[in-house]
Amino acid sequence: MRADETTADADEGLARRLKALACTAPLHDLDARKSKLDWADATVYQMAEIGLHTIDQVTIAMDFDTGADHQQVTRRLLPFIAAQAPDRTADEHARVARWVLDNLINVGTTDRGFRRVYGAVDADGAYRRRAFDFKLLVELAASDGEVYLRATDEAINVLVGALDTDVESAHVAAEVKLENLITRGRLADAKLAAEQARYRTVQYGEILRAKLDATRRDVRSVDWERELPELLDSALTHIESRFRAETAILKNITAARDEAEDPDHKRRAAELVDIVADCIRRHTQLQNRLQAAGAVFRAEQDRQQFSGPAQRSAVDVFGQLLTPTLDLPLSDALAPVEAYFRAGAGTTVPSVPSLPSLVSLLLRPAPERDHVVGEVPDPELQPADDVDAFTDDQWRQADALLDLPEVPRRLSGLLEEARTADPAVARLVALRAVHAYGPEVGGALRQSQQSVLLAVDDGAELDDPEIGGADLLLMSAAVDGDPGDPGDPRGEETGGDTGTGAGGLAGGGEDPVATDADGVERAPDLFDDTESIEEAAL
Amino acid sequence: MSTGHASADAEAAARLLAFGMRPKLVPGRDVVYADLVRRYGEDSAFKQLTHAVAAGLGLMVLEVNAQAGAVLAATDESVFEIKMDSYARQSKIRERRDTEKVLHGLIHLATAALGYPRPDDLANDTYIGRVSVEQVDGVVREACRILDERAAANTDPLADAPELEQAWRAYARRPATAATKDGRLAPDTTRGMVTRALRFLAEQGFLVAVSSEQGGTYRTTPRYQVQVRELAADAAFDELLALGVVAVPGDGSTLRASATDTL
Repeated sequence: MRADETTADADEGLARRLKALACTAPLHDLDARKSKLDWADATVYQMAEIGLHTIDQVTIAMDFDTGADHQQVTRRLLPFIAAQAPDRTADEHARVARWVLDNLINVGTTDRGFRRVYGAVDADGAYRRRAFDFKLLVELAASDGEVYLRATDEAINVLVGALDTDVESAHVAAEVKLENLITRGRLADAKLAAEQARYRTVQYGEILRAKLDATRRDVRSVDWERELPELLDSALTHIESRFRAETAILKNITAARDEAEDPDHKRRAAELVDIVADCIRRHTQLQNRLQAAGAVFRAEQDRQQFSGPAQRSAVDVFGQLLTPTLDLPLSDALAPVEAYFRAGAGTTVPSVPSLPSLVSLLLRPAPERDHVVGEVPDPELQPADDVDAFTDDQWRQADALLDLPEVPRRLSGLLEEARTADPAVARLVALRAVHAYGPEVGGALRQSQQSVLLAVDDGAELDDPEIGGADLLLMSAAVDGDPGDPGDPRGEETGGDTGTGAGGLAGGGEDPVATDADGVERAPDLFDDTESIEEAAL
Repeated sequence: MSTGHASADAEAAARLLAFGMRPKLVPGRDVVYADLVRRYGEDSAFKQLTHAVAAGLGLMVLEVNAQAGAVLAATDESVFEIKMDSYARQSKIRERRDTEKVLHGLIHLATAALGYPRPDDLANDTYIGRVSVEQVDGVVREACRILDERAAANTDPLADAPELEQAWRAYARRPATAATKDGRLAPDTTRGMVTRALRFLAEQGFLVAVSSEQGGTYRTTPRYQVQVRELAADAAFDELLALGVVAVPGDGSTLRASATDTL
């Protein structure tokens, strides 16, 4: 029994750590993918740093009602990105900022989130793969319809690195640490601690915001008898103590700032003053909300609770329909919602085309495009550059030279013959000879070509004024039809050609085993060559 | 029941149904409609004739009264039926299609839940509820959050059986809103879907737009109340009952005191 408990505990911790690890994956992913961006050489940017900085910016901008919108966040990111690559253009910096932001939201997926699969051992001892869905930044709509960003709990946890800590105690710890650091004059560390304290303040505010929102929506969903009054109480106590602590700290650092002589020291202290002042501002905001909470509750209770006696009993749509349906697996939930929709959507009137409306529809003048998209510019087109290095005629001559069904020929002889006609043809012949070294037999098979040119290097040097290398042996080989069917009539027909030439050419192809065997049988003397082709192809 | 009806009576009955098919029309605004509604209430032969005509067309008369007018519902496989498939956005991936349908259905349920927060509101003929895009999305998300809190230790969905994932997870995972290039509402998001549902219900005469606050605020109509109370809620409840996830409450154990007088 004891052993079982230990295992279960260990597994829970493991799952928690795996999830924490998963939350960092999108950040690593940014750096892994930056080299693949086609619009810039983004390897100079430290994407994970920019990602963390983005989450910082969003978290700092979060307050009770809204957060930062996309433009604000990208704008605030720019100095940080510019510092990483000062020689790049501002456009590119902005694009990097947008790319990182989009990737942290995971734009492009339906759910705009991330999913990692992790394994865990169940209570019954079975190992199961589970999916962990999380988001780092979410988009929410403000009351004015604008979209703004908030960092999720996962993101704040990844950022602060305090996964399983009590918000309040961690906060206290951070404050104590801050005071110690200041008394010892270590302002850089003090700034870090102050920033952490601010994240925790934001996190604390988020919990309260969710509770207040829930109250506003449905009084019954929140325990107003015990849970919420306790929460409000503890929050108020918390704010009180924070006020005291932070005012003291503010006094200390302000003094430190004024007394400091080192300009760097002075600047850091000034930054710290800003942060602590911001913390105090946030506490004030939180306190205002806390004071209004009671009024919200009473107003909502009036609206939601008091009413006359029931006339007749009816279904409780929320409690009896919505909540149970939400708790069902997706496959089971389909039947009730479809039944509801069918019955609740009302009726539709089948559309019947009427002649008058049809006629007017057809006679309606085409809508003026200008009103929709503005003037369509006439594109200025330039004729494409002629990319063919060789003319059709040169290709034909080379084709004629390289049609070698009977006897293999040396490249040197072919080049000589070609050069008599046209030096360009000689170059084309040489290029095609090199291309034929390790030919794509698989491709030729797929495209059902009749024959393929083969080149074999037997060690002879090419003696040529223009082109150097090996004096290849060239030969056309017939492609032996369908590899799966050695009895294919076409294969039989071309068998004669194959027999005299490099019949086992399929060795360089994918795996036409039958053809290979055929070729070896008919032309055992060329087997070595086939092997060398195979090597060359590899 | 008399078998021989004057053709004038049949025409009047059919006309009452035709009025019912214009969901935004209310008897208070149309004298002929109001007369027919009054006649339906007073003349039981006319009432039965109306029901018979409706049945022949593939319709059910849920209620006829002065506030809501003639509230009709389509029977199975009727030409007047609105299918979920035609309403839900068509997704190319099969399992995705079911998810979309469930999300749309949940939103419609949540709209009714918010329009009539308590059973009394649904029963009270004079109650008028208010819904807004923001609230509907919020109600479902809040319910998801509560289910999440209630969930036992580790209930992350199994990676190899996505269809066993609970509906609330699918909803909670879907973003509420998303920034689009042209500033329009992204249709894949829950707010986009809620906006669509509320507009659709307004089109069906179930909601009336009040203002554009909170993403669009609407009030419920008597017609909506009848539709939800007399048919839709029961239909969904029966399905849930069949799945064994809800129990019929005690004390009389019926959902309503009287069954509706249909068909």
